[in-house]
Amino acid sequence: MNKNGKTTNIFLSGVGGQGTILASNILAEIFLKAGYDVKKAEVHGMAQRGGDVTTHFRFGKKVYSPLIKYGDVDFLLSFEELEALRYINWVKPEGKILINRQQIFPPAVSLGNMAYPGDAEKTFKKYFKDNIRMIDGQGVAKQLGNAQAANVVLVGAFSNFFPDVKETAWIDAIKGLLAPKLHDLNVKAFYEGRKAL
Amino acid sequence: MKKVLQGNEAIARGAWEAGVTVAAAYPGTPSSEILAEIAGYKEIIAQWSPNEKVAVEVASGASIAGARALACMKHVGMNVAADPFMTLAYTGIKGGFVIVVADDPNVHSSQNEQDSRNWARFAKVPMLEPGDAAECKDFTKMAFEISEQFDTPVLLKGETRVCHSDSLVELTERQESKIALGLDAKEASKYVMVPANVRVRRKAIEERMRELEAYADVFSRNVMEINDPEVGVITAGAAYMYTKEVFPNYSYLKLGMVWPLPKTLIAEFFRKVKKVIVVEELDPFLETEIRALGYNVFHGKDVIPNMFELSPEIVAKSLLGGDYKEPEVRVSLDDLPKRPPNMCAGCPHRALFYALKKLGAFVFGDIGCYTLAFAPPLQALHTTVCMGASIGQAYGAGKALGKEGLGKVCAVLGDSTFLHGGIGPVMDTVYNKGYSTTIILDNRTTGMTGLQEHAGTGYTLKGEPANMVDYEALVRSLGVKNIRKVDPYKVKETMEVIKEEMERDDVSVVITTNGPCMLHRREKRGFEHPFYAVDADACRGCKICLELGCPAISWVASEGETRDGKKRKGVVSINRSQCPGCGLCVQVCKFESIKAGA
Repeated sequence: MNKNGKTTNIFLSGVGGQGTILASNILAEIFLKAGYDVKKAEVHGMAQRGGDVTTHFRFGKKVYSPLIKYGDVDFLLSFEELEALRYINWVKPEGKILINRQQIFPPAVSLGNMAYPGDAEKTFKKYFKDNIRMIDGQGVAKQLGNAQAANVVLVGAFSNFFPDVKETAWIDAIKGLLAPKLHDLNVKAFYEGRKAL
Repeated sequence: MKKVLQGNEAIARGAWEAGVTVAAAYPGTPSSEILAEIAGYKEIIAQWSPNEKVAVEVASGASIAGARALACMKHVGMNVAADPFMTLAYTGIKGGFVIVVADDPNVHSSQNEQDSRNWARFAKVPMLEPGDAAECKDFTKMAFEISEQFDTPVLLKGETRVCHSDSLVELTERQESKIALGLDAKEASKYVMVPANVRVRRKAIEERMRELEAYADVFSRNVMEINDPEVGVITAGAAYMYTKEVFPNYSYLKLGMVWPLPKTLIAEFFRKVKKVIVVEELDPFLETEIRALGYNVFHGKDVIPNMFELSPEIVAKSLLGGDYKEPEVRVSLDDLPKRPPNMCAGCPHRALFYALKKLGAFVFGDIGCYTLAFAPPLQALHTTVCMGASIGQAYGAGKALGKEGLGKVCAVLGDSTFLHGGIGPVMDTVYNKGYSTTIILDNRTTGMTGLQEHAGTGYTLKGEPANMVDYEALVRSLGVKNIRKVDPYKVKETMEVIKEEMERDDVSVVITTNGPCMLHRREKRGFEHPFYAVDADACRGCKICLELGCPAISWVASEGETRDGKKRKGVVSINRSQCPGCGLCVQVCKFESIKAGA
């Protein structure tokens, strides 16, 4: 992926229950099969649900730290707009970003004490120009009949950032990680996401 | 074959490959997945114990019978297990005996931040510290070898970023232990720790430490990498991974065994590099020991923080000082609303704590999801110390306050926490004539750590049906006469019962029913309606339902009027997909604006 043998850093952010873990498992499977060393660190809050969730995923010739160094993110995949903004400072100036168009209100917003922060797309555009892409993962997944597949739609869209990885590698990874009865839906979700960008 | 495994999965795999046959634990973040994973190996008898002390005793008994045995816990679990552990260091082992203790630097999910390496020095036992999943597996296997070679329990230190990080692991096959199973009464003097025997073992420990120190110098995972002869770093575990990432050209002495220290290797490292830096998380454990050996440490805790966790940027910033370049700040984090953890929509704890808040009770709290009742908007829990502490504390407060405290004090803890450490203090309260009210939130599981079974759920770790503790009969046998059951979703009745019991000058135990964890699929709960919705023309925007902190309820600002002409600044809205229909908000609403959905 990276010509000078450097480690590539992918940061995933979202809210508990959004399916970020499956997405990071797909990435791990792909880059492991491609012969890289991979490391992945999941960070979640205290309770079972509702807190913010992040995954640090790294691949390269030899990876030491499971955590990405602050400011060194090459690719940000965010499942929620506020959770994208929360990690905007982590992204390298030349980094690429994919954000799911979804707003999940945190308690301070639900209670009416704070406003949901405005336009994530605009803020990212200001710093990253054309390297920021948005997608309505839920919308695409709902058209396929199951909003639960939004995470794989996002993976499909995100796959466009890795032109060297063959389409079949993504499909194999998805099939390898999901029960057979979920294959049809999720393979479709992947393709729809891949087309959408 | 290579596979991506989580650190905890790798420890489980290592135990399996090492021929372990008995494993016991009490769940605790970040260690819980080890036993959950081990439960999948048919060759290993794996169990959730009521607490860490029991887990260590179970594993040590198996070891005395010749089995390779494992006990796992989080850092604070070791405080509970310390009693058997400190003396098991004297008795030694028969089958390999390893204790995994997983630290939580940065306190992601704990009540304190302690550095478990101190236990190794304190108890005079060896400790290995892996830095990634591959090392987790290898070090677990090595720990069993060391345990048997030196007749000692061995500590394996985990931590959040090692236990909960995934990396590549080379899998190999299981090898059964070569030690024959069986008990030998002739070995009693080794296991009966009466003073005469203790003195013999006390000497054996010192002899063992000398042998282990020599072994540390040749231990294959204490690794010296000489690169830049100017700067060398002595480090271990995750701290090595962060430092190596940021400063790949420095020289390193990476310690796989953090106790005892390899004195010859350290001497050699100081000869080969000019400036030696010690990078370690939390306490200056290695640094203090190395300084005590008479070496001049160039940098250690003078620049590396002694609290919270390290990371690549913290190591870089600490060692580079003014030369560290901060990345551009595009958005200030202070401007963004936080997303703290919250009880689930429909959680029975929310209902119970709302009742306690209305009663104005001082709540001695405990360890579990319900600790979140401390946070706004509920703010209905006033202490949290350790598993089971709520009961003894409430009793003690009642003793101090006398009659003044009646009607004001209660203890609240979960079912799993009660079984862990709550039985003794209830007994004490009865015996010593206290009056406190203990509320057991029986959510039919160990919720916070991810729904583990316990002695009160009716199932074992392996999913087999088992005896189910009868809390009522249990506390009755301790001498409690006032035992009440409440459905927490019925707020008024719950308040009446708790008020009555708090005012009673006698010991009471209140047990919740119909309150299984919302994430628990096996358990049924009785809710009348599938969901609720707000009648937007009736809602006056009083915000009282928002005081519940339910994630399904949110505020929608919009000036307007109700159907009957009352001015309002907005309305609340219930997210249908999140609402499980617990009906708590209906009971709170004064204007009958929340209606049952169908």
